[in-house]
Amino acid sequence: MMETFLRRLGFALVALFLAGPLIVVAGVSVNERQSLSFPPQGFSIAWYSQIFTDPGWRAALIASVLLAAFSAALAVIIALPLSWFLWRRVAPWANVFRLLGVAPFILPPVITALGLLTFWATIGFYGQPWTAVISHAIFFVTLPLVTLSLGFSSIDRSLVEVAATMGADERTVLRTVVLPLILPYLISGYAFAFVLSLNEYIVAYMTVGFTMETLPIKIFNALRYGYTPTMASVSIFFVAIAALVFSLIARFGDLPRLLGAMSSEEK
Amino acid sequence: MSGLVFNDVSKHFGNFAAVDRVNLSVPHGTFVCMLGPSGCGKTTLLRMVAGLEESTTGTILLDGKDITPVPTHKRNLGMVFQSLALFPHLTVGENVAYPLRIRSMAKEEQKKRVEELLTLIHLPGYAERPVSKLSGGQRQRVAIARALALSPRLFLLDEPLSALDAKLREAMQVELRQLQQKLGITTIVVTHDQREAMTMADLVVVMGDGRIRQAASPIDIYRKPADAFVADFIGSTNLLTVEADSAGRAIVLGQPVPGLSLPNGMAKGLISIRPEDVHLAKNANGGIRGKVTFIRDLGGTIETFVDASGTTIVAVTTPRERGDITAGAEVNVVLPADSCVVLKQ
Amino acid sequence: MKREPPRTIADYAPLAFPAIMLIVFFVVPFSTMIAVSFFRRQQGGFYTPDFVIDNYARFLSAFFGGVLGFSLMLAITVAVICVAIAFPFTYLLTKASRRVQIVWLVCLLSVLSLSEVIIGFAWSTLFSRTAGITNLLVPLGLMSESQALLPGIGAVLTGMVYQALPYTILVLYPALVRLDPTLLEAARTLGASPLRGFFGIIVPALRNTIVATLIMVFVFALGSYLLPQILGRPQHWTLSVHITDQAIYQSNMPFAAAMAVFLVLISLALVGLTLLVGGRKEVA
Repeated sequence: MMETFLRRLGFALVALFLAGPLIVVAGVSVNERQSLSFPPQGFSIAWYSQIFTDPGWRAALIASVLLAAFSAALAVIIALPLSWFLWRRVAPWANVFRLLGVAPFILPPVITALGLLTFWATIGFYGQPWTAVISHAIFFVTLPLVTLSLGFSSIDRSLVEVAATMGADERTVLRTVVLPLILPYLISGYAFAFVLSLNEYIVAYMTVGFTMETLPIKIFNALRYGYTPTMASVSIFFVAIAALVFSLIARFGDLPRLLGAMSSEEK
Repeated sequence: MSGLVFNDVSKHFGNFAAVDRVNLSVPHGTFVCMLGPSGCGKTTLLRMVAGLEESTTGTILLDGKDITPVPTHKRNLGMVFQSLALFPHLTVGENVAYPLRIRSMAKEEQKKRVEELLTLIHLPGYAERPVSKLSGGQRQRVAIARALALSPRLFLLDEPLSALDAKLREAMQVELRQLQQKLGITTIVVTHDQREAMTMADLVVVMGDGRIRQAASPIDIYRKPADAFVADFIGSTNLLTVEADSAGRAIVLGQPVPGLSLPNGMAKGLISIRPEDVHLAKNANGGIRGKVTFIRDLGGTIETFVDASGTTIVAVTTPRERGDITAGAEVNVVLPADSCVVLKQ
Repeated sequence: MKREPPRTIADYAPLAFPAIMLIVFFVVPFSTMIAVSFFRRQQGGFYTPDFVIDNYARFLSAFFGGVLGFSLMLAITVAVICVAIAFPFTYLLTKASRRVQIVWLVCLLSVLSLSEVIIGFAWSTLFSRTAGITNLLVPLGLMSESQALLPGIGAVLTGMVYQALPYTILVLYPALVRLDPTLLEAARTLGASPLRGFFGIIVPALRNTIVATLIMVFVFALGSYLLPQILGRPQHWTLSVHITDQAIYQSNMPFAAAMAVFLVLISLALVGLTLLVGGRKEVA
């Protein structure tokens, strides 16, 4: 009984801590007038429609979504052949590239951001929107790399062998066995990279901050000049997107396994 | 010749010879069981036939043609893996149709063939089911059907029944044998279960330490084991030291065995005698004196353990033949000469 | 389809694109940054190639020494608080049903993926005078009038713990979810209470995991650059903030690069330490 009580209490406290700020922001976001007050005064979802109707916010939203969509795709395109090669071949030295892929994510982000800033400035492309796509792809390549490596390691090699005994050559095996089996991992890798790119601030800021406004940059800039309720609605909008994407991954994939549990049968 | 021939086939991993100079000829349509303890090289040999392992030396011929350089996907074979290796992302029907699909066979024809195969393995109408919804025995059959979909030249099975419970395994052994006879396909099964080998095989190949110890029909393997390893591995046996005395008689545990003689030039060796061939008698003359230490009554058969000057001899009898032998009794152990196989030590 | 070493050029082909991308856009920029850290700053422009160690020397000044000390202390404090909360929490989480676990994991990932900007904004709202928690305390009679709780070190610390807590839980999750459940059951059969079992068995068994997690969270917290700006005063700025500040606003790239290289060295040393701790786990 004591144990159950302690567990419930612990869960409740952590939940309150994690949800608290978001509840306040959600409350603020439905204020009727442009004021920062909680509990909300009146109720209005006007600040949500503002994200899509206000030209500034809409442009930032579009920039962010495009950046996230392209950079996540590029990250997957980099991670897929790499993780496939590491799985398919015996080449221990090639793990250097796995390390390179994970490094930007482990190091403090300001380092990657500054490295890319000096790089783009040196070769003269500083501020071009496409540099942000490449920068984010490199910064987040870790995520599809990890999910895909996990996906490949979960493929029973006898499946590949049995396909070969039935007459499938390398390409056919890849198309009919390997790709269908890692598709869920590929999608989750893309989704992780997409959501994190959507929220990323410093790399985007250092590479294209002066020429392009993504949503996080826009929020931060707006924050410096004072408060607008659209910030609150955008924040809640982002939380909702993240929750939706991760729920979908959980629904169609094995989330505990992706995050390190051994297998779904464990519990 | 028609069939499968191994010519001096070896596989080395570093200094370790997993398969050591294997020579074997398998006529077309033969059911072969590769039998041996784990790590004896039988699976490696099977995988070499499939092209999943490269041989270090030697060649494998199929119908007179050297297949050693042919990649797996061009060998035209069907294989069932120990894990069964059913594709989890495909249904039963799609699994069976896989080899047909990658050859771009017409959809209608694929469907017809799949239904044919599912009927063959007694699972008609299962095409739409996901493989995860099948029982162990059903998965087994699906793996077999898929391997046979293209009517391959060779049918290879690696410990195919090991995941099944004892009862189902025995039923599947019979079924697999009947299926093979119906199709007349050259089949190689790797197993460590000697009952399985005895039930199914035309030719049993016993392997140990990477070498073929004996390749013969099941009954010959049982009755005429080539060496102590085979005798001990197949069924249970009594292995006893035998010596020739100056008169040329064969002496076992100090007693001559009437009618038995050692081959010329052999002074010392082993005899293998099956427990069911050992006779026990109370108060008889001749034979080896011993004391019954334990009786295991299994209902259908009775195993009697006799201690004869420190060596344990096991005799198996039916309850009717048992007589009045009880634990602790003094008995004479009689070894009929025609049941003794003399082996090199 | 054997797994074998690549032999022909074609076998290496899949590696080409990832290798080029990672080398050109990570290794080269990284090297560029190291090179720039030795360059000379040019007034009004970027920098001129040179080899000077002034940028590092400046780092030894009392001011940046203070910044470094503050950054490290802040990161250590965040790491300790996070692990202290996350360890028992994650342990309880792994004991919950799979369904509960998934719901929690989705929530944790959602919070973890939140932009620092949003976290900063959310906490600044919560700590603000007009919409903050103090507004809830006034009606309860616990406070006479609502007040702002920021900027201040407490706000910075709270924000950073908020940011790092989901990360900590997710780092601990694999180790705890794979923990042999019989371990605690064995302790229970010997008469240990759940609490004693937890502190007497689970915590010591995972000592190395805890140390590794502390270091991981420490490095993660070192990377925080917006929260100190939004929730704190200038004296609460961390190394990350100063790097950004020097690079963007002071246009002193060489000095920013030198600080970044220093940060890399600290992080790498700590990650190396983590690997060492993790490696020793196998032996122990």
